[in-house]
Amino acid sequence: MSARRTLLLGALGLAVAGGLWSLSAPRPMDASALAALDGDARAGSAVFLAAGCGSCHKAPGREADPEILSGGREFASEFGTFIAPNISTDPEHGIGGWSQAEFINAVMRGVSPDGRHYYPAFPYTSYIRADPQDMADLYAYMMTLPADATPSRPQELGFPFNIRRGLGLWKALFLSDDWVVTGDLTEQEARGRYLSEALSHCAECHTQRNALGALDTGRWLEGAPNPSGRGRIPAIAGPDFDWTEFDISAYLESGFTPDFDVVGGTMADVVANLQQLDKEELDAIAAYVMRAR
Amino acid sequence: MTLKRFLGASALCAAIALPALADDDPAIAARQGQFKLFSHNFAVLGGMAQGRVDYDAEAAQTAADNLFHLTRVDQGRLWPEGTDSASVEGTRASPDIWDDLDDFVAKFGALQEAAETMQEVAGTGADEMRAGVGAMGQTCQACHEAYRDEAS
Repeated sequence: MSARRTLLLGALGLAVAGGLWSLSAPRPMDASALAALDGDARAGSAVFLAAGCGSCHKAPGREADPEILSGGREFASEFGTFIAPNISTDPEHGIGGWSQAEFINAVMRGVSPDGRHYYPAFPYTSYIRADPQDMADLYAYMMTLPADATPSRPQELGFPFNIRRGLGLWKALFLSDDWVVTGDLTEQEARGRYLSEALSHCAECHTQRNALGALDTGRWLEGAPNPSGRGRIPAIAGPDFDWTEFDISAYLESGFTPDFDVVGGTMADVVANLQQLDKEELDAIAAYVMRAR
Repeated sequence: MTLKRFLGASALCAAIALPALADDDPAIAARQGQFKLFSHNFAVLGGMAQGRVDYDAEAAQTAADNLFHLTRVDQGRLWPEGTDSASVEGTRASPDIWDDLDDFVAKFGALQEAAETMQEVAGTGADEMRAGVGAMGQTCQACHEAYRDEAS
């Protein structure tokens, strides 16, 4: 190989590496616009329930205290074990010291206040579709919750998944604020889509993932293996799902299936949260799910 | 091959064989039948509570009587060790049941209490019955949340 060719290849390699490095950089939203939003804690409590924050972040073994968001719950996956961090208002171990803009960038872009990527086990992949005003309300509400000084545990991931910078490339490929179900939606269906695709993140469990862990939007809500390894997350769309709109809304309100089996597993938390919302919200989710099939 | 090596190899084959099937185990089949009877009767009350069918005091009372008696069937032979979802294919009974048997039994006790209340209120009016359905559903959910795996 001539010296000139070596030089050219080297330059090309550097250019690719530089391109990847730049492509993997965190892309936060404009902080000044986010800081200007005026959050309402009362409205934020409904966002908190719809977004299901507590389901993952409440302390295992302290289920009686759903407002203690000290984290620690483990989520097994083929990439390793994700461990929910402390998002209580503790200023050192939680998010008590975060500004509103830092909070919204974490939730909607998966970027930490110190500019690192979060793993998409945290469903910012859904929250990216949220209305920033709802996130400001959520921030106002969560800042009223108790502090807990339990330290967050490090994620238990193997190489190369433990390199957070690589998530920037993952985001460049898969992070999108486009709606998945599109077309001419009624006002109710659109509200249901907002609740389901942006806040309640139904698809994060009910949709199959590809080899890189991104949702396969071609099989939206058609069920998926349980990442824990035991059983399957059921289909809520597609040929294997035959519930009516009434059935879906009634299930989210009561936890009762059309056969009057009763909800369990991780979905029990989802129902416990959603049943506190207005019935119109559950009807909207049901209308959306019917539309998604 | 010596006998010892043959036995060793056989044991290994048995250990890596597919898990046993739930249909082959009478205790699993019996307890799954029991839960089907629970939901078959609970559906009568739940259907009325959700307005799928009109309230009928007599039908509600019959279903509640059934649930009272069904939840009093002795559970002693229905949950042998080794019949969890990690050991047998086709059961959703989490291994956690046997790790925390006292809590599992306590949660079943809560179901029995709810069934007793249900029996007292089911025939007395639609609103009373509806409250009983909610309370009984909570006891089902508490146990399913802790001890039932996803279906496969």
